[in-house]
Order: sequence, then structure tokens, then C-alpha cells
Amino acid sequence: MAKKTENKLDFGSKWEYAAAPESADHATIKEEYGLYINGEFVKAEGGKKFASINPSNDQHIAYFAEASEKDVDKAVKAARKAYKEVWSVMPAKERAKYIFRIARLIQERAREFAVLESMDGGKPIRESRDIDIPLAANHFFYYAGWADKLEYAFPGKKIEPIGVAGQIIPWNFPLLMAAWKLAPALVCGNTVVLKPAETTPLTAMKLAELIHDSGLPAGVVNVVTGAGATGAAIVNHPDVDKIAFTGSTGVGKIIQKAIAGTHKKATLELGGKAANIIFDDAPIDQAVEGIINGIFFNQGHVCCAGSRLFVQENVKDEVLRKLKDRMSSLIVGDPLDKNTDVGAINSKEQLNTINKYLKIGQEEGAEIYQPKCSLPKKGNWCPPTLFCETSQSHRIVQEEIFGPVLTVQTFRTVDEVIDKANNTPFGLSAGVWTDKGSKIFNLTTKLRAGVVWANTYNKFDPTSPFGGYKESGFGREGGLHGLMPYVNLK
Amino acid sequence: MARLEVLKTYKIYIGGQFPRTESGRFYPVELKDGRVTNICISSRKDLRNAVVAARNAFEGWSSRAAFNRSQILYRIAEILEGRKAQFVEELVAVGATRAAATKEVEASIDRCVYFAGWCDKYTQLFGSVNPVASSHFNFSVHEPTGVVTIISPESPSLLGLVSCIMPVIAGGNTCVVLASENSPHVAVTFAEVLNSSDVPGGVVNIITGKEDELAEHFSSHMDVNAMIYCREKHLKKIQENGALNVKRVLNWAKYDWNKQGEDPYLILETQEVKTTWHPIENIAGAKSGY
Repeated sequence: MAKKTENKLDFGSKWEYAAAPESADHATIKEEYGLYINGEFVKAEGGKKFASINPSNDQHIAYFAEASEKDVDKAVKAARKAYKEVWSVMPAKERAKYIFRIARLIQERAREFAVLESMDGGKPIRESRDIDIPLAANHFFYYAGWADKLEYAFPGKKIEPIGVAGQIIPWNFPLLMAAWKLAPALVCGNTVVLKPAETTPLTAMKLAELIHDSGLPAGVVNVVTGAGATGAAIVNHPDVDKIAFTGSTGVGKIIQKAIAGTHKKATLELGGKAANIIFDDAPIDQAVEGIINGIFFNQGHVCCAGSRLFVQENVKDEVLRKLKDRMSSLIVGDPLDKNTDVGAINSKEQLNTINKYLKIGQEEGAEIYQPKCSLPKKGNWCPPTLFCETSQSHRIVQEEIFGPVLTVQTFRTVDEVIDKANNTPFGLSAGVWTDKGSKIFNLTTKLRAGVVWANTYNKFDPTSPFGGYKESGFGREGGLHGLMPYVNLK
Repeated sequence: MARLEVLKTYKIYIGGQFPRTESGRFYPVELKDGRVTNICISSRKDLRNAVVAARNAFEGWSSRAAFNRSQILYRIAEILEGRKAQFVEELVAVGATRAAATKEVEASIDRCVYFAGWCDKYTQLFGSVNPVASSHFNFSVHEPTGVVTIISPESPSLLGLVSCIMPVIAGGNTCVVLASENSPHVAVTFAEVLNSSDVPGGVVNIITGKEDELAEHFSSHMDVNAMIYCREKHLKKIQENGALNVKRVLNWAKYDWNKQGEDPYLILETQEVKTTWHPIENIAGAKSGY
């Protein structure tokens, strides 16, 4: 047999794509946003503010109020008052209708939110348009219907709301995480003080405007912008009954410790380092797409990203060849361009973190691969990156990087890969690729992770519970099980 | 000459074996009749050995058929029923009335039967098939969280102990339990029941000793997934230590075990929800779903 010659694909330099930018004309941005407290938009105490920057071109977007401890106290008081006087005593079916209305308003204004999400956070418009915003609307719509049916969700129990919930959300899916937090809390009869991340406050404030338009009673939802100190003020406020946090495991541990000895309940959705496992009997082309989607979706700023690839040894060469080819066809660039696959890194700080790990990986002896691609001059960028020749003890294998960086390891047997996949303090998600059904269920039952994708990856749905084992946190968001963190059972 | 009674040496229970504490320490518990029993003051090292035993037992216990776990829990009730008199005597010996002791032992037996029945039902009742909007089969089931440490109530010493252990092991977890300090005898004797009930070694480990010394280690051990605390003194410290590895710290001091122990939601407290996705073939636009 003649030896096959390998034709290397070269998408980056030979083919030029015409720009296909999404119009940003219809999205309006104010110069300055206040805090949303007790149904009013107000300045922060002392007028403190901070700017949000477009990570793809370093351009200034808008100023946002920086909430102090006093502002947070006002917000909590407003939430408490609304809880006692309005929201917890309102007939449940009326609560439901408010939440349905919010879902509809998001659907109506979906394109505007998508554009703003991509501008503020750097994610490709294809993702904000097709995933973040529709899922956010759907989340409100799904939970709305639960409000007057909670007795069926908890057979044998009486249900009560918890009270005032402090919710702190991350910068990777700003509007979607707001929806994940708000919807179940509100339908169960709780009121909320929500804090978006300091690098992505825009869609949260637009959501506050939308909620205001919906006629939701004052104080039921309060939105306070700010950085870590604002979050700490929420966590430490004595009249908050529940903390829901999505973010890093490091901050999650600080919060868990801070509320020790108090009456506060908590839901923590923390970091991950998911194994994505490819067996030799997997449909390799589909698996390669799954690997790409697993790690490069949203620039890898995903807690459930499939950041540890495990390839069965006998298909390693084929998988890596196809993976590298596919990586070189990824379009990295303007988030508002409809062709873009990988957008901007969310912040300078996060880019520094990722670059630190790229250095660590090389110093540890791993073999780095990045496809040729031209990156924009301004903004925060990181090309899709692969680290081969890695081992369990490498820091890039053990620690969450939260960027477009994939480590590759090989395995021979099922038992070996289960051991390796579970050998991490995290346990948020995992992926399995094989054509054999019994093998899938062997793996899915033994992987210690809250979400397991078999022959798919990074799929989300309002009806589908999401959350981690071990140091990836506790409590679930989404689905029937996402109600539990927002009720007291009697 | 009257026959001399054989007195029992109270030991601890780790990995299916009955050692005395490795530390060699003891504290005396004086019984009503004036006899003194020397109870082990278990050390941090004993706890660590017990956690290793519990971790090693976890894979086997959690992967057993739920039906099989159900039978083993029922077997505990059978053996406990047979040794009822011994437990009543041990409770009476530390001050309970005979009537109260009998009631507590009977309630403990019934609690084992209650949770035996849940083993193969709670996942059915609390799991779900989720009607996702895409062409995927998606379902959520409960799985055990892993190794659970339990500081059981000071009283009721037997019913409290059994009420904590049963929901934990019914759900496939393994555990390390600290017995009541003033009434530890029934805990040690319960270990003997477990040991002859087909419960694999390491699934339940019971040690005796001082809460003041062990609360720190029960809550800070990094290979423990959850901790159940049924007393009050060290709650804040235990919750703080829980943050070291995002332990699920459960405050069960609020329960009145005489009235509240029959509750499947107690099982859920040491469970994780796992959601699994798989695509459904969708050829030429044909829709299929659940």
C-alpha cells in the first residue's frame, strides 16, 4: 500500500472571510447606570462609579454605580419590605404571571440583549444570540409555571419561601446567570438583591430596566453593581437569609466560611476541570466537534468546560490530527461578527491569568500547540490552545484555567480513565464519547460529576438541573431540583 | 459460690474490626449499679483510619443494587430485634427507665425497617426525566455524596444514632460516627449488630470519645464529603472548617428523633443530583424526545 501523504489544512492564511457584523444600532446604552433599589434607579452613596470596558477593542461602554455597604443595606431593607408586605403574601398564580411577563419581554428584546452581551463580555454574537439570551428567557418562562404548583414538587411537605436572597453572579454568562438565579428564587416567593460581576454589569442593568417595565412590585428585585466589596456586603448582611453564588471555588470557600454560624443558607456553583473522554469506538468526527465545543465555547470561560481531554491511546494520532485541523479553522475575532467562533477574553485580568498558565504549562514540560491566526490589535485575545504530553500532576491539568486551553492525556482501559477523570477536587461535569451504550452508562454512573454529557457536550436547558459534586459546589440550578434551594420544607 | 459475671470491654468499630483506640486512652462511665466501664477516647488517628476504611468501602457499597442495600438494612432490624433485651439493659444501666428504654429500642428497630424500605424507592420518587427542548434524552438521579462524618446526638443515644446512620447508608454513602459521650454503650453494641448483619466492613464506623477534641477533625478532614452535626457547641467552627473542601455541613440538632425521623428528605441531604444527557437521532428533521 502506498504511504498516505498528509495534506495539512491551512484555513487561516488562504481563505479570507468577508466581515459579517451584527448591527449594534438598535441597542441603546446610557452614559451612566445607577443602582436599582426599591423600584428606583439611584446613584450610589457618595456617587462612586466604575467603567465597563469592551474587551474586544478596549472602548469605554458606560459608567456603573459602585454600591457601598450602605447601598446594599438599603437594597436588603427594600427586599425585606417587599418580601413581607407584597411578594410572599401574593397569590402564587399572580407571582407566576409577573415572571411569565418578564420572560416575554426578554424574548421581545432578545436581539438588543444579545448585542449588548457580546459588547460587554466579548462572547461571539452567535452564542449570545442563539444560547445566552433565548435560554435566559426560557428559564424565566419555565420557572414561572412552577409558582402555583410547588406542592407537587415536594410531596409530603409544606413549602415556605426562605426570605431575602443575596445572589452574586459571574461574568461568563451575565444575563443567563441572572436568569438562573432570579427565576427560581422569585417563583418560590423570595425577594432578591442581585449583584452582577464588575466586568459585565450592562445586561443586568438592562434587565433591571426591563423588570421595572414589567411592573414587578418595587423591592422584589434589587440590582446593585460593584466589585468584591459589594459582594461581601451582601454576604455579610445580617438580614439576608440565603446566598446564591456562582464563581470561583476560592471565593465560594470564603463565602461558605463567612456565613458559618449564621442562619443563612447557601447554594454554591463553583469551578470545574471536566474530563472529556474519547474512546476508540467513538464517532471521531463528532467527538472532535464535541471537544471543540467543550473547550472553546465562550472562550473556555465556562465552569463546566471540557478542559481535560482523555483520548484512548490507539486513536490519539487521529484525534489530535483532526483536532488541530479543526482548531485552525476556528475564527477568532470581533464578537459582533456572525462568523466568529471564539471572541475576546473577558478582561485584562483574566487574560493575565490565562497567560500565566500558558507559561506554567510550558515550564512543566507540556507541548503547546496554537493554530496560526491573526488576532486583533486592540482588546484581550488568546488563540485556541492545546497542551499535549501532560500528566495528572501538572498544574494545567489540576487547576481551573477558565480560558481556551485544553490539556490532552491518553489512557488504555476504562478503569484507568475513570480513576484519572475522578482524580480532581472538582466534580461539575464530564463528557463521554463512545458508540457503545453499556459503556456509556458504566462511565456516566461512575464519573463523580453533576452533569454528564454522553456523545454531546455543553448542552443546557431550563428543565435540566445543573450543579456540582465535591469542590464544584452544592445545590442545583434548573429543573425540578432547582426549586429546592429556594424553599424551606416543613 | 455465686457465678462471676463476665464484663464486656467496650471497643470501637473501624473497617469491620473492633480495636481499642490506638491512643490507649479511656474515660470512665459509671453505671447505675456502681460498675465502671472504660470507654475509648478515640484520637484523630482513629478518625483518619476510619475515614480510610469508609472511603475504601464506598465504591462497593454505593454500587450495590439498591434492592440489596434494602435487604441488608432490613437485616440490621432483624438482628437488632433479637438483641433487644441487651440494648434495653444498657440504656437502663445509664439511667433510663425500663419503659423509656424499651420504647427507644423499639423505635430504633422500626427506624431501620423504615429506611430499609426507602433504599430502592427514593431515586424513583425524587429523580426525573427532563423534557429538554432539544433532541436529547435527559434524566436526573440522586447519587450518594461519598463519605459522611456524623457527630450523633448526646441523647437519645440509640435512636439518635440509628436515625442519623440509616438515611446516610440507605442512600449508598459510608460513614464515620461519634457516639454519645455519656451513653456510648449502645453505640458499641449497635456496631456488633452491624457486624453480624451483612453490612460490609467500613460502611459504618463507630468511634467513642470526646466531641471537644474530635469536632475539629470530623469537620476538617479533606476526604470527607459531608458532615452531620447533631449537637450545638461547635456548630460555627464545624461550618467554617467545612469550607476547606466545600463540605456539605448539615445541622441536624433541630430534629426531635422521636417525632421526626421518618422522612425520606433526610436521605436527600447526603445525596448529589446527577444529570445525564444523550442525543436522540434526529434524521431529516424528524422530532423525537421525552
